[in-house]
This record gives sequence, structure tokens and C-alpha cells, in this order.
Amino acid sequence: MKNRIQHCFTALQARNRCALVTYVTAGDPSAEVTLNIMRTMVKAGADIIELGVPFSDPMADGPVIQRASERALQGGMSLQGVLALVAKFRLENSLVPIILMGYFNPLEAMGYKKFSELASAAGADGVLVVDAPPEESNDINQALTAYGLDQIFLISPTSTRARIERICAVARGFVYYVAVKGVTGTKDIDTDEVSSRIQEFRQMLPLPIGVGFGIKSPESAAEVAVSGDAVIIGSALIEIIERHQGQPETMYDAIASFVKSLRDALDEARAA
Amino acid sequence: MATNSTKANPATDPVMPDENGHFGPYGGKFVAETLMGPLADLDDAYRESLQDTDFIAEFERDLAHFVGRPSPLYYAERLSSELHGAQIYLKREDLNHTGAHKINNAIGQALLARRMGKRRIIAETGAGQHGVATATVAARFGMQCVIYMGADDIQRQAPNVFRMKLLGAEVVPVESGSKTLKDALNEAMRDWVANVDNTFYIIGTVAGPHPYPVMVRNFQCVIGREARRQSLEQIGRLPDALVACVGGGSNAIGLFHPFLSDTAVKMIGVEAGGDGISTGRHSAPLNAGRPGVLHGNRSYLMQDSDGQIIPTHSISAGLDYPGVGPEHAWLMDSGRAEYVAVNDDAALAAFHQLSRLEGIIPALESSHALAYVNELAPKMRSDQSIVVNLSGRGDKDIQTVADRSGITL
Repeated sequence: MKNRIQHCFTALQARNRCALVTYVTAGDPSAEVTLNIMRTMVKAGADIIELGVPFSDPMADGPVIQRASERALQGGMSLQGVLALVAKFRLENSLVPIILMGYFNPLEAMGYKKFSELASAAGADGVLVVDAPPEESNDINQALTAYGLDQIFLISPTSTRARIERICAVARGFVYYVAVKGVTGTKDIDTDEVSSRIQEFRQMLPLPIGVGFGIKSPESAAEVAVSGDAVIIGSALIEIIERHQGQPETMYDAIASFVKSLRDALDEARAA
Repeated sequence: MATNSTKANPATDPVMPDENGHFGPYGGKFVAETLMGPLADLDDAYRESLQDTDFIAEFERDLAHFVGRPSPLYYAERLSSELHGAQIYLKREDLNHTGAHKINNAIGQALLARRMGKRRIIAETGAGQHGVATATVAARFGMQCVIYMGADDIQRQAPNVFRMKLLGAEVVPVESGSKTLKDALNEAMRDWVANVDNTFYIIGTVAGPHPYPVMVRNFQCVIGREARRQSLEQIGRLPDALVACVGGGSNAIGLFHPFLSDTAVKMIGVEAGGDGISTGRHSAPLNAGRPGVLHGNRSYLMQDSDGQIIPTHSISAGLDYPGVGPEHAWLMDSGRAEYVAVNDDAALAAFHQLSRLEGIIPALESSHALAYVNELAPKMRSDQSIVVNLSGRGDKDIQTVADRSGITL
């Protein structure tokens, strides 16, 4: 099935629901645990899975996700391994969109065309290359598009109108609004500012708007859900994974209850 | 990989990079969207400063009276006669205030920071020379200063850490990744993105996202402009070869760039060969790496087959970096410059040799360039000449050299 992302947002919007996007670094601490985490997230109410491709130098991420990357690489995770994980998940779930999130260099090392071909065959739906602004994305964007993959782009509090227009021209799936000036998981967002920026973006952007970087609790997720089309949670989940290293069963329980609390918060915010 | 359909020739076209910072397929701005705005602001401010005669005059005044420029071009008579070949001239960047070429760029960027109204300065450092230079200019301009330094480098370079603290800087140990220069750069970039409203990030080498490689190059070009003029005055003509060590490559590009259109002048960059290229324990991406994307630009990198950055090794902390400035990648591919590697042992031997023959203790970084001159000079005629960039002095390295020789200080 193609265009899972578009289908997902259309279905949610029809029911006035905000999408819950949950992030996990592939291979932290092993592929097997990550697959179980993905299952747990979906069961507890996640709509979209963002799967992190570990990189040795994750410059846009905070310490929490950097440590997750280090654990994953230590455990032997590779880009091939990430794609194998996607394929495994797809054997049992054909609906939930998967976004691969990572950095340029591992994709370039594999080759854009080969990566796009394999990622599409494995069942991925979108790719967010953190360090690829539109200016540097021509070649990779062509390859992704040719294989039916949506390239997801970031917009930020510092993006000018001209930049947002430029991003609109190439973005597919949804756009990811970086709600804080900073790296992942370090600062709390200012939800009032977020909602006023989102109103501005709506005038320019035909795509759904997801909000991430700095949403740590069901309360702030609920506030963002009033204006955003999707709420993206990463570091807060990785902290749970980190806290329960070596005890996978209690980790899955903790993830399930956190994701469920987010789901409930989003649904209540929209119902109010 | 990005391609440029019209392949420019750096020998005839020194106006690289293009407006987006590309040197052929290298360079560029590979950063998260959050940094695109701040980089555009920096680029605008930098371009404006180039048109501002007051700004340029102030930069030149500080180079003269605070740094002590011009640095001499020194004829190394005993070294030349020992090698029985080309005449060897040392560009004495070691005589600059703070003991290395790094201060040239630190002053330029600090003036730009002041012009942009930023009161807080951050920087990454490996050997500590760029950290000391940045802490120095921050003190001079009355700015708050935070230096990121790998935890392992802090161990290796204790005197420079203390120097930075004396100058009023806060030194933050970086415990992530390999705990060296590349990780310090990651951490400084994270600080910048979070505090960009009041903070200026002074990158110390010709790497990072555009406009850093071109900006740092232009601030360092004073080295090559002086060397070119001094060669004409002292040798009576241009040198036959330029030799400089290359980590990120700022001292080398500063020397090379003003000679780009002098096609008879050979340019040789010397990378850190560590234990030897064949051992894999080295920091020589141009000699043994392949192109990729790190720290905001595309260039040659030390990486594994999966695109992960791999640990580097060098006796010299200042060369211990897995990437290299994109302009060097371009100069190598186009054939204008040549890049070789020198092992730790050869660099160490050259360190001792210059100390004994000329009464100058060179930095271990610069010792790599000197080690290559030991190979090159004997193959040249005695009426030919080589200018070597003596990019820094070796006082900071005496502990490393003593440890290596089994001596307790």
C-alpha cells in the first residue's frame, strides 16, 4: 500500500484527531527490542513510527538521542539492519507509516538510489534527513521521489517566509516544525508561540504540520495538539528506554503507559 | 553526490566557492533547518564587513599591534645545509601572540561578533591553540567565552586548559563519542543552535558549514600574502614549493590561497599519518578516506563502509580530526595541490631536529610539515626554495614529547 502517510493524516483529520508520532532509535539496544518497542507503541496508540538511523555524530540531537545512537552502534546496528527491521515490522503491520530519521552520511555511503530502492522495498514511507536542507537535497530528493518515498523537511522558528516557500516546493507527507531553538529533548516548548507560528504556516503550507523537539509530557502534547496536526515525541521515550536497559519487560510496560497517556491527552484536547 | 556541471579551475579561478559555499562538489551547508537562518545572517554580516573599510582597518591594526604581524619569513640556514638541497624558509606563525596562526582568524571572527552585537563567544578546540586564541580575543573584547574540548584532549593538553581559564574562559569537557575535537565541534554546534540570539560561534578551521570555510580562509590569507611579498623581497622570486600541515587545514589554506594563480609554485599539504596509513591508525582523510558529509560540509572523511565516522589517531591533537576543509578536497581533486602523509615518528624526529639545528621548538602539528621537507628538499636543487608554514610553537607539546621518550618532567 502506497501513501500510508497521506492516508493516515486524512483518516485522522476526518475524525478530528491529532496524529501521535513516536520516535525510537533502531537497535537501541538491539533490533529485537526495537521491534517490540514499535509493536508496543502502536498498540498503545501511536499513529506513525519514526525510526532513528543511528549516526556517530548526531549534531542536531541532544545527549539523550546521542547516547541511544551510541548504544545502537555498539550493538552493531547498521543502515542495512534498520531496513531489515522495517521489513520485519511490515510483515505484521501494513498500515502504520514508518519515517526513517537520520543524517546524510550513512545514506550517502550506501548511495541514494540503492538506499531509496531498499527502503521502499522494505516498506518505509518517508525519510527525514536532518542535515539536508532543500538547498543540498536535489540528488537525494530525486532518488527518494523516484521510489515513492516522501522526503520530510524541518521548519524552524528561524525559518523566513522565503525559506518556508522553498521548503514547501519539495516537502512531501508532512512538515516537521522544530518547536525550540536547540537540539532534541533539551528545552521545554512555549506552546503559545507554537500555536501562533502554526497559524502563520497554515497560510503557506498545504501539508499537515507536525511539532517536535521539546515536547516531554502529556500536558504539553495536549496544548500542541490544539493547533498542530501531529505531535512528535522522541527524547522522552528514549529516556524511558535508557532507564530500563536490561529489563525489557518493564521497559515495554513503561512505554505502553506513557504512549497511552499521550494518546489520551491528544484525544481529550481535541474533544474539548 | 552533488555535481557541478562546469568544472572550474582553481588555478585560474580563485573566486571559489560559489554563493552557497560549494568548492566543486565539496563544501555546502549540510545543517538542520534551525541553523540555516543563523548561517544566512552570518553570511550577510560577513559580506557587509568586507565592504567596510573601518572593519578592515581595525582587523589590520589588531594583526599588527596585538598579534605582532607581519610574522618573519626566516631563512633556516643550518637546516638547509643539513638537507643539501632546496633553501628552506620558515613562515614564523609560531611568533604570533598566543603562539600559533589560530589568532588571525579568532580576531577576525571576534570583530565580526562585536559588529553583530553578540556578547557571548563559543568555540571548539582540539590541541587547545584555537581555544586559547578565542579565549584571548574574548578577554580583549570583554566578551563571555565558553570553550568545548574533548575530555581526552583536556588530559593531553593540560597547560592550554589552564591558559584558557586564566583568560577567563569556561572550558567544558565533552564526554560524548570519541571525546576529541570532532565531538567538541558537535557540542559547540548544539550550544550555538540553542543560544544563537546572543552567541557567536568562532570555528577554528576551514571546515563547518558555509560561510565558515571561506571566512576562515580569508582571515588566514594574511599568512600567504605576507609570505608571497617576503619571498619576493628576500629570495628575489617566488618559492618553488609551499609546505604546510593539514588537519582541518586553516594554516595550509592561509598560506596556499594567495599563491593559487602562481602555477609554478607547488603546494603540498601534509596530513597526520599516525602509526602509518596501512595500520588504519591515522588522521589522513585526503590520503586514505573518501567523500562524505560531516559537520555541515561535504569533504573527504575517515569513515567505515556504513558511513559512520571512525576514530582517528595522531601524536598531534591539532591534527586529530576525521575531516578536512572542503577547499583542500577541491584543490586535491583538481590537481592544484598535492597531499601526503607523515607518520608520528617522522614528525617527532623533525621536532627534535628543528629544536637542535635552528633553536626553534616547533608545534607537533608543524613538525609534520617539517618532516616532509626532510624528504622533499634533498630532491631539489640548491637554487630552489621551499616556504614551510611553521604554524605554531611547540611549548604546549613538551609533555607529550617527554612522555613519548619515557621522561618524567
